[in-house]
Amino acid sequence: MSAATEVTDANFEELVINSKDTIMVDFWAEWCGPCRQVGPILDQIASENADKIKIVKLNVDDNPQMAMKYQITSIPAMKVFRGGEVVKTVIGAKPKPALESDLAEFLA
Amino acid sequence: MRQVIIIGSGPAGYTAAIYAARANLAPLVIASSVEAGGELMKTTEIENYPGFAAGIQGPDLMLEMQKQAERFGTEVVLDDVTDLQLDGQMKKVTLGNGDVHEALSIVFATGSAYRKLGLPDEERLSGYGVSWCATCDGFFFRKKTIAVVGGGDSAMEEATFLTKFADKVYVIHRKDELRASKAMQERAFSDPKIEFVWNSAVTGITGSELVDGIDLTDTVTGATSHLDVSGLFIAIGADPRTHLVHGQLDINPDGTVVVDGRSSRTNITGVFAAGDVIDPTYRQAVTAAGSGTVAALDAEHYLASLPRELVAGAVQPARVEEVEEKPNEEAA
Repeated sequence: MSAATEVTDANFEELVINSKDTIMVDFWAEWCGPCRQVGPILDQIASENADKIKIVKLNVDDNPQMAMKYQITSIPAMKVFRGGEVVKTVIGAKPKPALESDLAEFLA
Repeated sequence: MRQVIIIGSGPAGYTAAIYAARANLAPLVIASSVEAGGELMKTTEIENYPGFAAGIQGPDLMLEMQKQAERFGTEVVLDDVTDLQLDGQMKKVTLGNGDVHEALSIVFATGSAYRKLGLPDEERLSGYGVSWCATCDGFFFRKKTIAVVGGGDSAMEEATFLTKFADKVYVIHRKDELRASKAMQERAFSDPKIEFVWNSAVTGITGSELVDGIDLTDTVTGATSHLDVSGLFIAIGADPRTHLVHGQLDINPDGTVVVDGRSSRTNITGVFAAGDVIDPTYRQAVTAAGSGTVAALDAEHYLASLPRELVAGAVQPARVEEVEEKPNEEAA
């Protein structure tokens, strides 16, 4: 359904927290209509900015620990991690230009 | 250039597309980038759409409508309209990606957008306990106490749906009776997890990082109180989405687009409006679909009145395969 790597409760630390890259985690679920709509837009942003930001997906149904740890109460929720810390949170499905402007500091 | 561009992809937009496509108008639907399929994408079981005796999931119904429209040659674009020029014979539709499409007629079926409470902390806590979408966010309120504000069908549907997750759901309503249909009311009344808080307005939302409560004001006595909840679902109705046409189309005092009698004709020749954007009253999937039909037929009638050479310049329908599936289609 998407080109993005799936991260899990088990490998979150290794793939997100310990990563040297700027990583955006898309918290999503199969039953969330807006998540399915924003997914392809995130794929586009990721492929157009492959050298600047990595975008991975975390299924909140299958990975409740991370969803709880990051206090997710609404999806899609997109959190940008740098050096293991959340540096930006974007909530809700938005058109591509709006997402690009929310993420401007990471795409420049 | 197109004969008709349909803006919106809810039941009104897709039904207009089905009719326009079957009339060989090769319609283009601008479906929106993140709201394609419209309001029903955020619902679960639809029990009152005729033809589905066992009910159907809202998103499934919209996918079927899209497929049905595409089957007859509709082209669907997942982008947003950023500018709309309706004056003159040739209408101009500008999209988020910069593309500009021209059309001889427009069906405007943009539906409505959720109404906000207008409270200072609403925006800040939106996504942190304040939600407009129970089907998206209910999951995160397992074993929590939450509140739904509103008294219509959508408020009852949300409250009932949320009992799957939450331990307790308060329904806050300004009056002492509901606007919701009898069936929805009874379902909510009989649910042991739902408690109604009557004659109360939500006048504040509290919480530093996540919602921890709401302030209530009694609409009769003016008394104030506080309720500890970790989520607030807002279902107080919706307003017609008309920002693209302000200053171009006539708008009623209630915010809907003015149409001529029972038709879909707006004040601008060649521009037709359908669905919730013209309907302050009924706002059902099936009334929107009916309204989309009216708009497609009105557009077809208008296009037939234009000089042939003008229409001939428009994108023609691609030959659609597999039409032999139902030989008696033309009789429908």
